[in-house]
Amino acid sequence: MYGTSAVVVGAGIVGCACARELALAGFEVTVVERGAAASATTAHGEGNVLVSDKGPGPELQLAQLSRRLWPQVLAAAAERSAHAARAVEWEPKGGIVVATTDAGARELTRFAAGQRTAGVHTEILDADALAAAEPYVTRDHAAAVHYPEDAQVQPAAAAAALLTDALAAGATLRTGCEVLGAVTCGERITAVRTSTGLLEADCFVNAAGPWSGELATRLGVPVDIRPRRGDVLVTTPVPPMVFHKVYDADYVGAVGSSAEDLQTSAVVESTRGGSVLIGSSRRRVGFDDRLRPAVLSAVAAKALRLFPALAGVPVMRAYGGFRPYVPDHLPVIGADPRLSGLWHVGGHEGAGIGLSVGSARLLRELMLGQPTEMDTTPFRVDRPAVLGGRPAPAREETA
Amino acid sequence: MTTRHVVVVGAGPAGLAAAEAALAAGARVTLIDSADRPGGQYHRMLPEAYGAARPERLQHGWWAFDRRRRRVLTHPRCAWWPETSVWALERPDPTEPGVPRVHVVRGPADGGRRSRLRLDPDALVLAVGAHDRVLPFPGWELPGVFTAGAAQALAKGERVVVGDRVVVAGTGPFLLPVAASLLQAGSRVLEVLEANTAGTLARGWARRPWQLAAYGGKAGELAEYTALLLRHRVPCRVGRAVVEARGDGRVEEVVTARLRADWSVVPGTERTAPVDAVCVSHGFSPQLELPVAAGCTLRSAPGGEFVAVDDDQRTSCPNVYAAGEITGIAGAPAARAEGALAGWLAAGGVPDALALRPLRRSRDQGRAFAERLAGAHPIGAAWPEWLRPETVVCRCEEADYASLCRAAGNAASRGARVAKLETRAGLGPCQGRICGPTVAELSARLTGRPAERPAEGIPAAGPHHRPIAQPIRLGELAAAPEPLPGNTESHPSM
Repeated sequence: MYGTSAVVVGAGIVGCACARELALAGFEVTVVERGAAASATTAHGEGNVLVSDKGPGPELQLAQLSRRLWPQVLAAAAERSAHAARAVEWEPKGGIVVATTDAGARELTRFAAGQRTAGVHTEILDADALAAAEPYVTRDHAAAVHYPEDAQVQPAAAAAALLTDALAAGATLRTGCEVLGAVTCGERITAVRTSTGLLEADCFVNAAGPWSGELATRLGVPVDIRPRRGDVLVTTPVPPMVFHKVYDADYVGAVGSSAEDLQTSAVVESTRGGSVLIGSSRRRVGFDDRLRPAVLSAVAAKALRLFPALAGVPVMRAYGGFRPYVPDHLPVIGADPRLSGLWHVGGHEGAGIGLSVGSARLLRELMLGQPTEMDTTPFRVDRPAVLGGRPAPAREETA
Repeated sequence: MTTRHVVVVGAGPAGLAAAEAALAAGARVTLIDSADRPGGQYHRMLPEAYGAARPERLQHGWWAFDRRRRRVLTHPRCAWWPETSVWALERPDPTEPGVPRVHVVRGPADGGRRSRLRLDPDALVLAVGAHDRVLPFPGWELPGVFTAGAAQALAKGERVVVGDRVVVAGTGPFLLPVAASLLQAGSRVLEVLEANTAGTLARGWARRPWQLAAYGGKAGELAEYTALLLRHRVPCRVGRAVVEARGDGRVEEVVTARLRADWSVVPGTERTAPVDAVCVSHGFSPQLELPVAAGCTLRSAPGGEFVAVDDDQRTSCPNVYAAGEITGIAGAPAARAEGALAGWLAAGGVPDALALRPLRRSRDQGRAFAERLAGAHPIGAAWPEWLRPETVVCRCEEADYASLCRAAGNAASRGARVAKLETRAGLGPCQGRICGPTVAELSARLTGRPAERPAEGIPAAGPHHRPIAQPIRLGELAAAPEPLPGNTESHPSM
């Protein structure tokens, strides 16, 4: 494949991971980004590398593949730039899921049992074990499960480290360059028109995150990937009070839901800087970036149910981002059946940071025609949720 | 006709004037300030407990201020909300024109439970002012190094003396009242250093001198300060700056040096002086998070970015007005004129009222003064040469200059957001209010590119984007907003 050129559109974490894999495979890679690298969805998440929130199935398999790859990728990147790899703040801190109701406890126990059969490490915590692991968590809980494989990264730095590695392997980066349309020859894409001129290549990767749908439309082959808004609260630095990624058992339900209205569930964790990050909300409001105090209030209330001791801690910042959402909640990884030379990698919703390295590895294998690490059929572009969807209205909800 | 409800945020010279004018125009006013007393930074009042017998000694225009304060605060249509922080402005749906909803927390910031309230006014006047801009230099994080504003606030508000031997340095006429406050509070001011050279000052101030005459009040005020400094034999030097502070655990001496017009140090002119405090000021940064949260368009001017307003102090958002230092650093008289205009018009007063003419004139003179001020006291482009790799740039997160250089040197992390997350500069409790402009300037210089503007269509993230404008405790946030207190409940617009 040496000498084959690829354009990766989007320098979020998925685009950076794809650029890295392809550059290391010998592609001549150009990364095109209309803003600055890692400045949109990637910079507005919590940096989740989770297996705990996924039930048995293809997404869990991809999460497990990614979880295996992360330490390898970071170790390899560290050989080229120790500083960039250190800035990633890789922390295999583990996750703890807490159910606060009896119904939630039954559901959590059942869910964890299913995960165990799929190879996820889980550990039921009794009251004492939970209190030892998280001294500040509510005593008022019904069940808790520890997931030692869950990890966290600083997402923008992780994307920067992957991009740094891609650049070291020969990729080039063009920021401030927006893709406007496709140049096609027959059923094949041969170039993209951009705000800074024509860009030719042998293949093109749509890694535009929540804007993937918009980009695909510009290229003439719509895919149904939409934004789903999330909000995160950041507290002032406090002495350590949260030691794992701790979340409410509701979270799994909210992730899997398709509801358009507001879903909130508590996700609480500390960062190395001492701040506590508090999520999460899910709303489908298009790209409306207005702050909604009522949403932040609901997120805060859920977090306090898990950690009543945080009531006096000041929130100093809130940020919102847009997750790339696909109606069937599965990522999209593969070739576009309608336009040869175009590939899509996206639709990871809130899991893109964690799933980026696994998705990029699968893309590389697919593009090289090699056997893949796992069955990629569930992620194919040619499925009803991606191609057969109704056209998405610009705004779906206003609450 | 129902009474219009005007919310005025900030009770400094601009906000107080806005409240007074809005009341005069017949509106119901809610006046909000984070301090426990009105006056803002300019008319900072001593706490009641001090029972200052002669507050006018430290204050210009005290009596006029005092009369206005009483008129406004005791007015039956005015609700005065001290110790109240606006933590969020919630923009209405773009398809439904309306004024941003004002979310506040009320009560002492360090006290127990504050109450969370929200207001839906007919018009909003933002008069939130500015804070000190301070450039970093080696040792500026040492205890004993104060922003000039903080030193003045301590002297005026608490009668606390920051030190016995103090150097005042930086740029701008604000250095003079600061030195005067220190002298009156009992400090010994060793010298006052203006970083700009005599040439720069002369070019800025001597241009079209007849305009200055129109701004006689301000000139007279500055002349008084100068006379005071002369009486105390305080030398004022131009083209000189504090380029380093040294000390073990706190500042013990400063290094000053002569500067060229671009603020590069003239080699061999360094002098050290023993001090126990340094006060520095490099102008002011307008507090733009609320205007930005409201959706107001900003304009770029030589002194930085400000809220863009039209001749009637209207911002780009319907029924949102701006007055005072957020529209340009022009001092208290201009702020009062802008505030009065904004308040009157926000209340629905007629725009061609005769009484508005002198206000408009005064506002226009203020704008001309602001432009002149920015021209005479620019920040020299070569100031980053004072920095060393280990010099702290962001004090909250202790991010140093070396980390900024490293981030700028890597193409992958050059984006402002990535650099911010990587260096952590601007992520601390001040949320980049102090270091933001500095980091933006350094990054632009290091990468050789101007600070990036977010691409169109990508949400968020200008430097003043702080959707949580003031810290709010998690418990306060989780609680539902309380019903509005007192007589305001009966109002139809509530």
